Amino acid sequence: MPEPARAAAPAAVVKEPPFIRIEGVTKRFGTFTAVSDVTLEIQKGEIFSLLGGSGCGKTTLLRILAGFEDPTEGRIFIDGQDMTDLPPYERPVNMMFQSYALFPHMTVEKNVAYGLKHEDMTAAQRQARVREMLALVQLTEFSHRKPHQISGGQRQRVALARALAKQPKVLLLDEPLAALDKKLREHTQFELMEIQEKTGTTFVVVTHDQEEAMTLSSRLAVMDKGRIMQIGTANDVYEYPNSRFVAGFIGSINVLSATVREVKGDLARVDVPDLGDTVDARAIPGLAPGQEITLAVRPEKIALSRTRPEAANAFAGTVQSLAYFGKDSLYRIALPSGRVLSVNSVNARRVDETERVADWEDAVFLSFDPATAILLKD
Amino acid sequence: MNRRPVFLITMLCFGFAFFYIPILSMMVYSFNASRLATVWGGFSTKWYVSLLSNRQVLKAAVLSLQIAVVSATMATILGTMAGIALARFKRFRGRTLFSGLVTAPLVMPEVITGIASLMLFILMAEWIGWPSQRGFTTVTLAHITFSMVFVTTIIHSRLVQADEAIEEAAMDLGSRPWQVMKDITLPVISPAILSGWLLAFTISLDDVVITNFTTGPGTTTLPILIWSKVKLGVTPDINALATITVCIVGIGVAIAGWILNRGEKRRDRDAQLAYQANEG
Repeated sequence: MPEPARAAAPAAVVKEPPFIRIEGVTKRFGTFTAVSDVTLEIQKGEIFSLLGGSGCGKTTLLRILAGFEDPTEGRIFIDGQDMTDLPPYERPVNMMFQSYALFPHMTVEKNVAYGLKHEDMTAAQRQARVREMLALVQLTEFSHRKPHQISGGQRQRVALARALAKQPKVLLLDEPLAALDKKLREHTQFELMEIQEKTGTTFVVVTHDQEEAMTLSSRLAVMDKGRIMQIGTANDVYEYPNSRFVAGFIGSINVLSATVREVKGDLARVDVPDLGDTVDARAIPGLAPGQEITLAVRPEKIALSRTRPEAANAFAGTVQSLAYFGKDSLYRIALPSGRVLSVNSVNARRVDETERVADWEDAVFLSFDPATAILLKD
Repeated sequence: MNRRPVFLITMLCFGFAFFYIPILSMMVYSFNASRLATVWGGFSTKWYVSLLSNRQVLKAAVLSLQIAVVSATMATILGTMAGIALARFKRFRGRTLFSGLVTAPLVMPEVITGIASLMLFILMAEWIGWPSQRGFTTVTLAHITFSMVFVTTIIHSRLVQADEAIEEAAMDLGSRPWQVMKDITLPVISPAILSGWLLAFTISLDDVVITNFTTGPGTTTLPILIWSKVKLGVTPDINALATITVCIVGIGVAIAGWILNRGEKRRDRDAQLAYQANEG
């Protein structure tokens, strides 16, 4: 699979004013706060994802951008214009709905053309745009079918074509891939990125699927309980999570409680009772000796060996169980303290059952590079 | 295990017999030559002939149809509006009260509705001088009032099932609320509107109780006519009239069934198309 082309990383285009600016937006439904004081800037041409579990406020935030919900507090700017008080039909924003929301009584062609009837253009121009959109999503031959006469994947593409037909400044996508099966999802993901690149439209995607968010987006925001927990590229958020929530939400991670012993330049030495030893980890700003802290290590960052490695952070353990997935294996390693750590090891060579790195009940050693160990304050 | 479910089949036969023997015997006796309703006097179609030359019956039938068309149409308009309000406006002041008031006639005894309508018309005539006398207008108004609730219920349940996102999508694509109503909501619920109209139409067509309370001299609908004739004994021409009604209703049901069946077959074909499109 080719490496997906990403939209220009925002770090490279700083100093341009943000294209979308969400300023201190709060939305309350009665006593429930769905979105809590969110401030967010999105650049032009980005694919930006709002990632979080159900009820984290991501969909409400998207609906506020579309104009279906009024924020209780705060303002929304798109391309420098205050959108907060505009109704949905006056915003230069279109949305692709999770259910696709195709008009059941109209053909594919009419669905795509629907938004254009409010545009100031001739019939010929309108028709040309519809044809162009249908070609973009490769549905030209289905233009006279009704939505219930095409497959789920095709419906998704009709919804996309319809939302893009008006050439909106921003396209909002609510769980764009959730209704597709796994194979189609991967394929569609790349298609979405290609289309985004071709049209240059700014995409804001809501998703609960961390893999989807990571492959699709140039940047993403992880949300929880109506708040934004972290904003960054997929790489930032995965390798440098700023909280236990983000670390645990994106990928899996081993979390251990620790106490800071000393800080030496880039490295911090921490006591980890569950490992029965001290551990070196990448320091974060504002650490003080004696501070209670969390040490987090991703399963794939831990190396497994039969002999004690010459590494700073090395510990003994016993294989409690292992699961073979083909491309990799997941080991559950029991430490002398009773804690169990997950270790992911890639099966780079063809392994037969007799020559695994470790088998059930084997005594093994774990080690990880201090630079890969994450310290989290909360 | 392959014993026939004798009990079920017996009950089924009894059930059908209970429903249809009265209707069948009525149809058979409408061709009775004898004047006595319970004595078979040979085959004859004379009651049909006499019925068709009976101006009183024809006049009543036309009046009933007129009232049914007007009241069904008005009830459909009002009921659709109420149904949309209940299904799409989740929060407005007095929503619970509105919902209760709209659906109350569903459980209200017809006699009460009839008396209440009558009282209202009398009071109105006294205070504002309208309606000056009871007849077509008052019967139609009363029919609108109590058949509207059925339309409301049908529209409401259809809208609750429909994906609300399609209306939002239309608005998102630049349509103002009234355009969304015209382009999306109404076309999507049009089958429900049609069946609501049909229901209101049939309710109005065969209503006796409320019509009886709100009608005036000279305004005799078909059900009222039959009712008053039966009071003097069941005559074969009533049987003939009822047979014609049953036939019309039967044909209507058959057509509706055919349309529905056709839609289902088309859906099957469409599903197959979609499947092939998916494979291709």
